[in-house]
Amino acid sequence: MNSLPHSARALPAAPGRRRRLVLGHRASRGVYAAVWSLPLALWQTLFFVLPLGFLLVLTFWVVQNYRLQPDFSLVNWIDVLGGASFWKTYFRTVALALGSALVATVIAFPCAYALAFTVSPAVRRLGVLLLVTPFFTSYLVRVYSWMSILSDHGALNAVLKSLGVGAISVLNSAAGTLVGYLTLCLPLAILIQLMSLANVDRSLIEAAHNLRCPRWRTVFSVIIPSARVGIVVAAVFTFILSFGDFVSPTYLGGGNPPTLSILITDFTKSGQQWPRAAVVAITMIVTLLAAVSLALGFAYRGRGVR
Amino acid sequence: MSSTQKLARASLWFYVLLVYGFVFAPILASFVFSLNADRFPTLPLAGLSFEWYREILNDPGVWTAFGNSVKVALVSGSVATFLGFGAAYTDYRFNFVGKKVYLALALLPPTVPLVIFGLAMLAFLSRVSLAGYLHSVMISHIVLCTPFAMALIRIRLAQMDPALEEAAWNLGASRWRAMASVVLPFAAPAVISAWCLTMAVSFDEFAIAWFVSGLNETVPVVVLQTLQGTVSPRINAIGSLVFSLSILLVVIAQVVYMRSGRQARTAQ
Repeated sequence: MNSLPHSARALPAAPGRRRRLVLGHRASRGVYAAVWSLPLALWQTLFFVLPLGFLLVLTFWVVQNYRLQPDFSLVNWIDVLGGASFWKTYFRTVALALGSALVATVIAFPCAYALAFTVSPAVRRLGVLLLVTPFFTSYLVRVYSWMSILSDHGALNAVLKSLGVGAISVLNSAAGTLVGYLTLCLPLAILIQLMSLANVDRSLIEAAHNLRCPRWRTVFSVIIPSARVGIVVAAVFTFILSFGDFVSPTYLGGGNPPTLSILITDFTKSGQQWPRAAVVAITMIVTLLAAVSLALGFAYRGRGVR
Repeated sequence: MSSTQKLARASLWFYVLLVYGFVFAPILASFVFSLNADRFPTLPLAGLSFEWYREILNDPGVWTAFGNSVKVALVSGSVATFLGFGAAYTDYRFNFVGKKVYLALALLPPTVPLVIFGLAMLAFLSRVSLAGYLHSVMISHIVLCTPFAMALIRIRLAQMDPALEEAAWNLGASRWRAMASVVLPFAAPAVISAWCLTMAVSFDEFAIAWFVSGLNETVPVVVLQTLQGTVSPRINAIGSLVFSLSILLVVIAQVVYMRSGRQARTAQ
């Protein structure tokens, strides 16, 4: 079975045969490499890159008699970006997503800190396992559940009433939207922060401790700077997820005033306004790219070269 | 430990419990209300009842949606796992010009908001007459799930000594033979985990499915349609069932993965 190289060496009179053999080997290795690498490249080009590229093309098409017509028209861009209501929606969506990222970061940090530094590995594993569970419950069902908890006659107000506190109304407000965003993002934010906190050099913390640095100061001067990348990455993920979500703003925020994602679903489902939906989608992608590169630029500033 | 430190520690733990409470409140409430006799989710509870489970299990629409979901999850999970394995192995084994672009293709899809990707798929697939079918959902879910499979399998391959496979080649095994007797057995647990995980992701995904499925609704799309109507405890029942199924898949994945980890440790 492994005698081929041997026999090739034993036949000095047939160099041509050996070269063919090597070439044959190369070709079959090429086939082997192609079988593993090409399917993904083809699939993602065909069904990921092309559709997103087509989305950009679509923004220049027009709708005539409820039918899409290939064209090169700026009318959709002008219609969408020319309206003051679009920009109101735009900035409110950005503000909501930024707020979500900020709140999630602040809420998640003490939790990630507690899991990283104050518990045994076994408790930490359990904590992580529990944080993974929400990913396997339907987000829709959780939002529906929040709707019933937060409604005026829901569980939250029942508890508040029994405590003698007046009823509060969270549903159909920015606060309701935020509850949904946090439901979606908080477990992920804690997990990402925890990963970077686990990699903080413990000797740095001990050094700070030995130098009589108070605990809160250690957190702000040693731990947070060391874990900066993870904290920013967690915030970035929260921003991306909140920015693109249409379920929370629709069902917990009341859908009115809308967010950009609600605009997309409305444009898409009501009539053939796909080109306009595409314009909104492209502005969202551009915003996300800008936000992500800004945030990562901040996270990695002063790192890398050392 | 001083008493202030004790107090700080205790309040930190109280805080952590609050955060976990927030994370689990909707999940627990959904389970509880799915068993509540009253159709309105109010406190105090009206009494134990399996009525909502009975209702959904007697609804042929739900069964059709469930069948659709299973078909989509099986096909997209399997294809995504194959593509993800290929991508992970390519990253592990080969070096070539444009590898960064290749890896971007393999990992980027989940960072695109699902509404945007759903719209792009709807517009694109309807141009090539592929929108509105069950396989439109499969095609889109494969794009979405492949990165998860790729990441999971890549982590496992990182634990494999590259010299193992090279040794097999030097001993005369063909590339295919080495793949079948060295790489695949080593990666098998991650492949099974990836298969379960991608199926679970596909089973829960609703935004893209909502855009491209047309009349062939999956379970999450049915839930989304129901949400637009009135209050319905049936959502809690469906949610609890789907949760149990997803968790089952994940537990299987975990058990397989952990057992292989233990084997790897004892083998060393």
